[in-house]
Amino acid sequence: MSREHILHKVRTALGREAGQAIGDPPPVRLRVPEVDAEPRVAAMLRAVEALAGKTHRAATAEEARAYVAAVLGERSAVASNAPFLRECGITDLPGVVTGFTDAMELRAQCAAADVGITSADYALADTGSLAMLSSPAEARLVSLLPPVHIAVVPASRILSGLDELFTVLPHPAEQTSSMVLITGPSRTADIEQILVRGVHGPGEIHVVVVASYASA
Amino acid sequence: MAARVSIFVTCIVDQLFPQVGMAMADVLERLGYRVDFPEDQTCCGQPAFNTGYRAEAARVARHFLKVFRDQEYIVVPSGSCTSMIAHHFQDLFQDDADALAAAREMAPRVWEFSRFVLEVAGVEDVGARLEDIVTYHDSCHALREFGIKDGPRRLLAKVDGLELREMDAAEECCGFGGTFSVKLPEISGGMARTKIDSIVRTGARTVVSVDSSCLMQIQGALSRAGIAVRTLHLAEVLASR
Amino acid sequence: MSAAFDEKVHKTLADANLQLAIYRATGRLIDHRKHAVAGAALPDYQALRTQAHALKRHTIEHLDHYLEQFERNVTARGGKVVWCQDATQVADFVLDLAKKRGARLIVKSKSMTTEEVDLNERLEHHHLESVETDLGEYILQLAHQRPYHIVAPALHLTRYDVGDLFARTLGVANETVVEKQTLIARAVLREKFLAADMGISGANFLVADSGAIVLVENEGNARLTTSAPRIHIAVAGIEKLIPRAQDLATFLKLLGRSATGQSLTVYTSFLSGPRRAGEIDGPEEFYVVLLDNGRTKLLADAEKRQSLYCIRCGACLNHCPVYRKIGGHSFPWVYSGPIGAIITPQFMGIKHEPSLPFASSLCGACAEVCPVKIDIPKVLLDLRAEAKQQELRDGANRLERLAFKVWAWVMSHPRIYEGAALVAAGLAPQSNGGWLRQAPPLMNVAPVRAWLSQRDLPPAPNKSFRQLWRRR
Repeated sequence: MSREHILHKVRTALGREAGQAIGDPPPVRLRVPEVDAEPRVAAMLRAVEALAGKTHRAATAEEARAYVAAVLGERSAVASNAPFLRECGITDLPGVVTGFTDAMELRAQCAAADVGITSADYALADTGSLAMLSSPAEARLVSLLPPVHIAVVPASRILSGLDELFTVLPHPAEQTSSMVLITGPSRTADIEQILVRGVHGPGEIHVVVVASYASA
Repeated sequence: MAARVSIFVTCIVDQLFPQVGMAMADVLERLGYRVDFPEDQTCCGQPAFNTGYRAEAARVARHFLKVFRDQEYIVVPSGSCTSMIAHHFQDLFQDDADALAAAREMAPRVWEFSRFVLEVAGVEDVGARLEDIVTYHDSCHALREFGIKDGPRRLLAKVDGLELREMDAAEECCGFGGTFSVKLPEISGGMARTKIDSIVRTGARTVVSVDSSCLMQIQGALSRAGIAVRTLHLAEVLASR
Repeated sequence: MSAAFDEKVHKTLADANLQLAIYRATGRLIDHRKHAVAGAALPDYQALRTQAHALKRHTIEHLDHYLEQFERNVTARGGKVVWCQDATQVADFVLDLAKKRGARLIVKSKSMTTEEVDLNERLEHHHLESVETDLGEYILQLAHQRPYHIVAPALHLTRYDVGDLFARTLGVANETVVEKQTLIARAVLREKFLAADMGISGANFLVADSGAIVLVENEGNARLTTSAPRIHIAVAGIEKLIPRAQDLATFLKLLGRSATGQSLTVYTSFLSGPRRAGEIDGPEEFYVVLLDNGRTKLLADAEKRQSLYCIRCGACLNHCPVYRKIGGHSFPWVYSGPIGAIITPQFMGIKHEPSLPFASSLCGACAEVCPVKIDIPKVLLDLRAEAKQQELRDGANRLERLAFKVWAWVMSHPRIYEGAALVAAGLAPQSNGGWLRQAPPLMNVAPVRAWLSQRDLPPAPNKSFRQLWRRR
């Protein structure tokens, strides 16, 4: 059996016995800075813009809805099942379809849509990242197939960075089969090192932070 | 009673660039030291070690350990030779406890020249004078094994009449690498040509570094290209009046 | 040195356009990294390196424990671990599964490990269509070439090369605008993603406490590869393990910055198992192939096993003055640059390419930038010593060995050294200070000729240092 073969070779190479105990690994290194709410939002927006993403700071749900409507224009959109999007009234904007629970149907809609609209579970202020966990509320392909991605996020979900993410979520695998950190629009520089956006994932992203929204 | 230093000039200086050793001795004497040259010195063994001949390198290293057993300060005009003595001797003697102990004991007594001037003599201005436009090449072992980067620049800044211009990629290897230079000459030569392109772009008339092997590689390439830029070891600059 | 290596090196050095392309591409990556790890940008860069090294060291030295923990957790999440000793077993597994599931179209995201085992070639042999989806890798697949660099695989190709290639293989008009070329590839590959039966990826990290793989990318093709098809297979070397998800806070901060200067790549995916109940999309089957293929050999050497700490950032390639001259294709295996130079002899044996450990000036730039602090120069020196031991056993290179033996004897006897020096000085022509274009008489030996092929020789001084000193 390959498994036994390989494990045997590993143990022999290391001079270890099967089931032998190990010493503790180096302690986890997490340094979570103290950052107030306001600087977090500002840092998040700055970071997204530095990545050529577009941002909007909405004081209210209505403002967020208006911004999304303006970005959509006449275009078609698929919205994820995130409750927050419904609460903001985004899911009943004209041109927006939502509520899909079947994989193939969702895929077909996302492949045809101009825009994908999601919320996010967390955002990381220092890198301008969105953390999205696959769940009944958020499918994977909504933020991936359409060429434009709009994420609408309550300010309360913005963390300072990776260290805080792994502090509040030490075991992502317990929650989901897929956690993705999205940091800016899709890009490549594979041909002559020339930067091109929107290779496979969305080439245009919008992050809308809804300021003093009490949603968890 | 003046403090004593012993100098290990290195085989390449002894045979090809003696003026570097003389300059270093001049500077050390000017700083108030009595300079001693143990006549039994030969080589640090680096050529053999780098080529993979550890037994041969160990033989030469043992001789070095004997010759320099008792001196308080051993000053060396080369980052790579200092690295061989202070770091790699220990790689040679894993199976010889006595030699290993001797190598460990010696390590803190060996000083690359510029670090000796700055950190032991505690001097930045040695009273040198040289009207010239120079550029400085960061020799790899000096830079990466001993953190020698600002030190020589601070020393050069105090040389009366001297203008220092930084080249692009000063930290990029000149391509010498010991026997690499003759085992893979095309690559070595290519690296040298990239280095001299950087040098020429500064408009400097002289290239300075702390390692004669780098300077030999660079000067050889400059000469082959017909470029009238000269090379000087830091010791030669600091000895100038 | 080896003729095959010299030939490839010579060709690369003689190609002025290629030299410029390599230099510029690596130069950009050097600058980006520099800004990303500088003081204000990442104040604890050195501390993170130390932590990453310690984590890798601990994991590698207890690899069996972490492999078993990883397998338990993958299984607990509904996935399956497949242990493969070599390339054939990997191909056999994929082929077997493809047959069982009636899979015909496979999409692949970038994976050096799958290049290592020639997976595409093996699959094509059995009439499975396996399409690379990373733009650079897709281009190389169409061109039947190997990657030139870990992070910038097509750096040796121009837009004109790509235009010609697409016209020839895809039947499209010859397009030389890079944005348009990208759109062509995007359209072709989108169809493949949505039709594929199976997605094969690599893994940047395997997380033991989670049974998860981590994938970093900028395009989105890895996400599509691992989300659209029903089956996802991740292929990874056994050395990719890290203990805990929380350790990603250390590794992710180092990987992007060291590779391209990005604080994080555009997409970082943390994937564990097939889709869960209630999740709307994602694969129904999830496999992680754990590959040995010689890694256990490297593991056995306590001094050199640090070679397995590598997180494949490519920083050593970018900073290596030798790589920047000879490029990726001069190396005999899929792994190039300093990391390739140390692992290739360990996997393949030194005779596979005897030049490799010697094709370095030992400048140490690689070790300075390695995020996990692999002491590459030390491993190179160890390999050189082993190479000479092997030559001794084979009775090869006797002249060189003899020369060094004589040299060591001379250097251990100061008076003999002085005598030899006098003789050599006597033979040298009188010097007017000018450097020499030709070998002095009786010195026209191979090393001197090699030196002179590239640069002038220093003239012999009239007196050696010790002669001058005695007269002082």
